[in-house]
Amino acid sequence: MALLEIEDLRVEFGTEASPFVAVDGVDLAMDAGEIVGCVGESGSGKSVTALALMGLVDFPGRVRAKRLAFAGEDLLALSDSARRALVGRDIAMIFQDPLASLNPCFTVAFQITEALRTHGTDAERRSARVRRSRALELLKQVEIPDAAARLNAFPHQLSGGMAQRVMIAMAIACHPRLLIADEPTTALDVTVQAQVLELLCRLQREQGMALLLITHDLAIVSETAQRVVVMYAGQQVETGPVPEIFDAPKHPYTQALLAALPEHNRDRERLKAIPGVVPGQYDRPRGCLLSPRCEFATERCRREQPALEGHAGRKVRCHFPLDARGRPTRGWAENAATSAIAR
Amino acid sequence: MSANNGAPLLEARSLARHYTVSRGWLRGKGLVRALDGVSFTLREHQTLAVVGESGCGKSTLARQVTMIERPSSGELRLAGEDVGHADRPTLKRLRPQVQMVFQNPYASLNPRKRVGTLLEEPLAINVQLQPGARREAARSMLAQVGLRPEHYARYPHMFSGGQRQRIAIARALMLNPRLLVADEPLSALDVSIQAQVLNLLMDLQQRLGVAYLFISHNLQVVRHIADSVAVMYLGRIVEIGPKAAVFARPAHPYTRALMASTPSLDPKARRERVAVKGELPSPLNPPTGCAFHKRCPYAVDRCRTDLPLLEPLGDAQVACHRARELNT
Repeated sequence: MALLEIEDLRVEFGTEASPFVAVDGVDLAMDAGEIVGCVGESGSGKSVTALALMGLVDFPGRVRAKRLAFAGEDLLALSDSARRALVGRDIAMIFQDPLASLNPCFTVAFQITEALRTHGTDAERRSARVRRSRALELLKQVEIPDAAARLNAFPHQLSGGMAQRVMIAMAIACHPRLLIADEPTTALDVTVQAQVLELLCRLQREQGMALLLITHDLAIVSETAQRVVVMYAGQQVETGPVPEIFDAPKHPYTQALLAALPEHNRDRERLKAIPGVVPGQYDRPRGCLLSPRCEFATERCRREQPALEGHAGRKVRCHFPLDARGRPTRGWAENAATSAIAR
Repeated sequence: MSANNGAPLLEARSLARHYTVSRGWLRGKGLVRALDGVSFTLREHQTLAVVGESGCGKSTLARQVTMIERPSSGELRLAGEDVGHADRPTLKRLRPQVQMVFQNPYASLNPRKRVGTLLEEPLAINVQLQPGARREAARSMLAQVGLRPEHYARYPHMFSGGQRQRIAIARALMLNPRLLVADEPLSALDVSIQAQVLNLLMDLQQRLGVAYLFISHNLQVVRHIADSVAVMYLGRIVEIGPKAAVFARPAHPYTRALMASTPSLDPKARRERVAVKGELPSPLNPPTGCAFHKRCPYAVDRCRTDLPLLEPLGDAQVACHRARELNT
């Protein structure tokens, strides 16, 4: 049984009559000890998916799913108190901006021990001294220099990288089985980013956690994750194992994202940009959501929404998935020709 | 494009900017050397990229170049004229020639002004023009940056991040500057939008012949757009040279560390990670000798005491005692 099972997750905001669908039919299964990367532009529903998992989507947001289960327990059917006991202990999350996620009024030690006081072992819940020594141990584990002195520091006395390490220490305090990292390095400098990523991967290996790494940086995912989910406008458009999905993307969006990176255009003057932006609430196209921005879009793409198809490890949401050479298949040429005539 | 054609547009010689900061009661004043002896030349129609971590003095450099602040010492020449010691009328004449694009287009556009007003404002202040001519100029600039004429009367909140950055670029170009200072113009944008804006910047440079001082921490972007690269660390340039030379053979340990830390899609391109430990030291209390020695895997005793100066190595200049020895 998978550690995390998500089937047809749907998160809506706004009114029932005209909802804005932020996450639309996401399926994801994660095994223990696996690193899954989730990539996409801003507005593609990456963070909302994570928040829904943590139970952090408040009214007027609505979370619906065919199945949303963690270690066999149905998260949607759980009572609030049972859910609170689970979240923070077995599922933990790291947010993007560490200095905004730490409470400026309390010391590092207080904020780390706070989690231990609620979720820790019996000994930790009983004794403040045990909690404090555990906090020190955690700070050492995340490689904070001079950890003992940092225990009494306030967040404003920490640099960005240090604050993110404290956030990681808080997240791993109760040995979570699933760690969700939402853009953990976006606010950091590149040398510190490399350090933090290495730290996350080391902790993941040592503790055997599953790690859901949400980021917009494809290169980070390709360096760390084993599996990738590419999201666009709330939908999964492609999933697959790591070297494969970057070497031979099947969805035009994945292909276009990769082609837009300066790294792939080293000898060219112009980058291959994707025209337009992610559709918002009022300009969602009727057919495939990517169709206005897709270079291969045909009449059928504008009319019908494609379904997520494929075998277990490799799925793609496209009428005409790309082949290994990056050209659309399944009779795309005839379709494109007829729609050109129709226009 | 080679880095050696075109007349020098911007020349800095030992440019320095120091700030005194209060460190609290009874503790006296501290001196932050935000910029400490920076020298470079930027030629017309060229792009000089400045790379480094936050706190290394990139933005302080931008403040000197855009004449928002006067340098503490050293010389900064714009097309031959010394801007460090210029009087007010000279500065007023020079300032329109250097314009700036900021990092966050969500913060740099006044939400209460229409796009047209934003674009016309520099003209209204600096140029004697009839309102009709100003409107005409704003409309043609909108077309130049890939926006539509009907965007003229809209407000900034009606635009996406990429479009806003286009507006910010358009505003900066209204006065036909010779130099555009772009301070992390892409870091607030998505990958797909970054590519659009990067293309636009390169098109505009070809069309208008404007030079760029491009401040960024993204080496992949720098590699794409720059003609020459300056790597800064704690207020000093540690390596400077033509792009090809710096990227093909990064000579300073810090440049190497930056490149090794940059994540890459290509597993073959991933070099062995150079172990850089720790973070940028406090500029209030910089280390003696080479500022990088505390994080440098190659540091020797000499690095702890003597400050290395920029010395030519191949096509580039490097400030490292061991550069020659490490690069043979």
